[in-house]
Amino acid sequence: MSIINLSRREWLKSSAVAGAGLTLGVYFNQALAEGAAATPAAAPADAAPAAAAAFEPNAFVRIAPDNTVTIISKHLEMGQGVHTGLATLIADELDADWAQVKVEDAPADSRYNNLFMPMQLTGGSTSIANSFMQMREAGAAAKAMLVGAAAVLWSVPVGEIKVEKGVVSHADHQATFGELANLAAQQPAPKDIKLKTPDQFIYIGKNNLRRVDALAKTNGTAQYTQDLHLPNMLVAVVAHAPTFGAVVKNVDVSAATAIKGVVEVINIVNAVAVLANDFWSAKQGRDALKIEWDESKSFKLSSADQLKLYQELASKKGAVAKQTGNAEQALSQAAQVLTAAYEFPYLAHAAMEPMNSVVQLKNGTCEIWNGDQAQTIDQIMVGKLLGIDPKNIKINTLLAGGSFGRRGNTNSDYILEAVRIAQISKREVPIKLVWTREDDMRAGYYRPYFYHVLKAGLDKDGQLIAWQQRVIGQSIVANTMLAGMAQNGIDPTSVEGSGGGYAIPNIDIELHTTELGVPVQWWRSVGHTHTGYATEVFIDELAVAAKQDPYQFRANLLANQPRLLGVLKLAAEKAGWGTPLEGKRGRGIAVVESFNSYVAEVAEVTVRDDGTYTVDRVVVAVDCGWAINPDVVYAQMSGGVGFGLSAALSGKITLKEGKVEQSNFHDYTILRINQMPKVEVHIVQSAEKPTGVGEPGVPPIAPAVANALSAVTGKRYYTLPLPNQV
Amino acid sequence: MLTLNINGASKELDVTPDMPLLWALRDHALLTGTKYGCGMAQCGACTVHVDGQPIRSCITPVGSVAGKAITTIEGVQSTAAKAVQDAWQTLNVPQCGYCQSGQIMSAVALLEKNPKPTDVDIDQAMGGNICRCATYPRIRAAIHQAAKTLG
Repeated sequence: MSIINLSRREWLKSSAVAGAGLTLGVYFNQALAEGAAATPAAAPADAAPAAAAAFEPNAFVRIAPDNTVTIISKHLEMGQGVHTGLATLIADELDADWAQVKVEDAPADSRYNNLFMPMQLTGGSTSIANSFMQMREAGAAAKAMLVGAAAVLWSVPVGEIKVEKGVVSHADHQATFGELANLAAQQPAPKDIKLKTPDQFIYIGKNNLRRVDALAKTNGTAQYTQDLHLPNMLVAVVAHAPTFGAVVKNVDVSAATAIKGVVEVINIVNAVAVLANDFWSAKQGRDALKIEWDESKSFKLSSADQLKLYQELASKKGAVAKQTGNAEQALSQAAQVLTAAYEFPYLAHAAMEPMNSVVQLKNGTCEIWNGDQAQTIDQIMVGKLLGIDPKNIKINTLLAGGSFGRRGNTNSDYILEAVRIAQISKREVPIKLVWTREDDMRAGYYRPYFYHVLKAGLDKDGQLIAWQQRVIGQSIVANTMLAGMAQNGIDPTSVEGSGGGYAIPNIDIELHTTELGVPVQWWRSVGHTHTGYATEVFIDELAVAAKQDPYQFRANLLANQPRLLGVLKLAAEKAGWGTPLEGKRGRGIAVVESFNSYVAEVAEVTVRDDGTYTVDRVVVAVDCGWAINPDVVYAQMSGGVGFGLSAALSGKITLKEGKVEQSNFHDYTILRINQMPKVEVHIVQSAEKPTGVGEPGVPPIAPAVANALSAVTGKRYYTLPLPNQV
Repeated sequence: MLTLNINGASKELDVTPDMPLLWALRDHALLTGTKYGCGMAQCGACTVHVDGQPIRSCITPVGSVAGKAITTIEGVQSTAAKAVQDAWQTLNVPQCGYCQSGQIMSAVALLEKNPKPTDVDIDQAMGGNICRCATYPRIRAAIHQAAKTLG
């Protein structure tokens, strides 16, 4: 299929396949209707009035007389490279010089909605996928108007005008975009927008671009929420409850208010905030608070109790998420039946920039500065709290120092905390809420704890004939405005990816959704973080039981899945699958489709005599359709490997009588440079629509490493994180 | 009031001597390129140079560095620093970028002491700097590239 000749409607129809994007969109409509807070549906590329000073052909491009091309990004830059990606799409169609391109963040406005969902949101690895045509059209429209202006100015036919690297020319005439800006603003918006054919691309698919944020992120000038200093701003540091659900019974503020710089102490019921002139004073004030908590209704379970509870549920039938054929019957006829149970801990996002937000309530208005991943949700939540029309909540989006899903909180948790502090204080100055690392680590909204039990049957020829997978865990959409995403007791994000893409004639996928007091949330690659592991480790075990090579076993079951098979083959080939490794070394393979992208990874490990081990090399093959910025694809795959490996080796949040046991990087350890394997990334050349790369690199790494360890030790690893010694 | 020598200039800051250097820099000198990540010298996001040595400013009382030369990401200007920043940009090292000031300050300090670091040297010098985006392969490549530039 050509990616060029689709209309926008066909494009959207063909893109919004049954992934999280569509489901999210459909059910969010209900939430909007119920909340009576609907923002109007997106009117993509509708023309904003042209300002006198600059040429603004649409909501995404602004060309100033000084020849700067400003791209307005509707998506949050949190490291995934989306500022560069969106700029690439526009600059290519516009034929801008990359050096003249700048990116700024869009305001919260329905013109900047994600086209896969009726809201402004960066997530589900949809940014490039939903923007691909929209941004190209925005760039092409701007170019057509510049050309139109030149045609008028020089009295020459449009068709004879050339545009190259920011310069418009015809025979003896030449002008920069900046010189034509004023005149271009008077041109009518083109009715038929002609897009380039792929052979005409100058930036798309090339490896010739420096990230637009590379300079600011290497000289200290990049602005994160943490860095904001506004006139008269106060800093808030909070004391959170020791257990989830506890409330303040009594607070003695005398020691705190005696600290120099402390302005006020504010009780917001589930936390106490200290306002001060700077962070250090606020933190000292917070540490000096004497708070008595009412923990009568708080969550008090320990991790061991939780495992027991989940194991009990695992023996009972759950809600049916998927059923094909008759797995029960097939199992009864199988030559071999294997069972396994997998345990996955809570995981913290632990973005390098702990959560923070700046809020100013003044004269009945609300302005927020935040690395904002879900502007529409945040507008609705804040609007509800303050009784203000959501559209009038002004959000200034800043760079985020990582997020991994955390800043797209469906309860707007940390933003609401900042707003409540501002609301109760009645101060009209900007208030910057700053969480310490410990606050961030213990605030919940984790990747949920999950438990899976699997049962599968092989026939006498080693063919996989039946697959049962029972998944137990909390829903990340329950009790949020996206609760409607769960239908018939199934939150699709709990079970997505279970069973993989394998051709298995009889399949049962079941789900038990638990309700516990620990707040949970999406975490980079969401359900695939656990379903990918359970599926890919179990498939490996089945391959061995069937006396087949784990790669070949998968390949046979993926014969009708050309894209999964394609990356599987590519990774295996590039990794030298099947060639011998010396000593106690081993290879493991895993392949996972997530967010409409396909990724296979081969990990190589070395096990030392004491059982400790290193992950030496990881070969990644990715099919994400048309790769807009191959360099960013590499970075996201390599980064996804590191992020997933960090969790696989040591990521674990545990509870003791409801209290989170970890607090900082000494007890929630993050992968360090000496643990990072060599990573090779191979991108499948494809003319398919571009799909996401922010998340899909994560799911295959943990099972690939576990399978590599199994290849050396002969043991299987059913619990994450993996043991330190095997 | 404390007088500090920051990036070659003398600055008077209204801070108590026990305040960590990090917060004096960020909230009082308004040099926000140096980042807060953990507050306990576990992540290296707060790395600055004091008399040329890399230190974790989040656990360094500001009173202890009065009279010493403090260099932050905003003021680092040596030949090695330029080579490191250039390599970081050319290789597109940063993702979210939040840890990169600290990474760069550690890398500059390494190259100023050891112009031709091996991978093991890099592991040792950079092991205190966490990157949650795991840009480590490019950090390593950029240090090697900077070393090459420096000859």
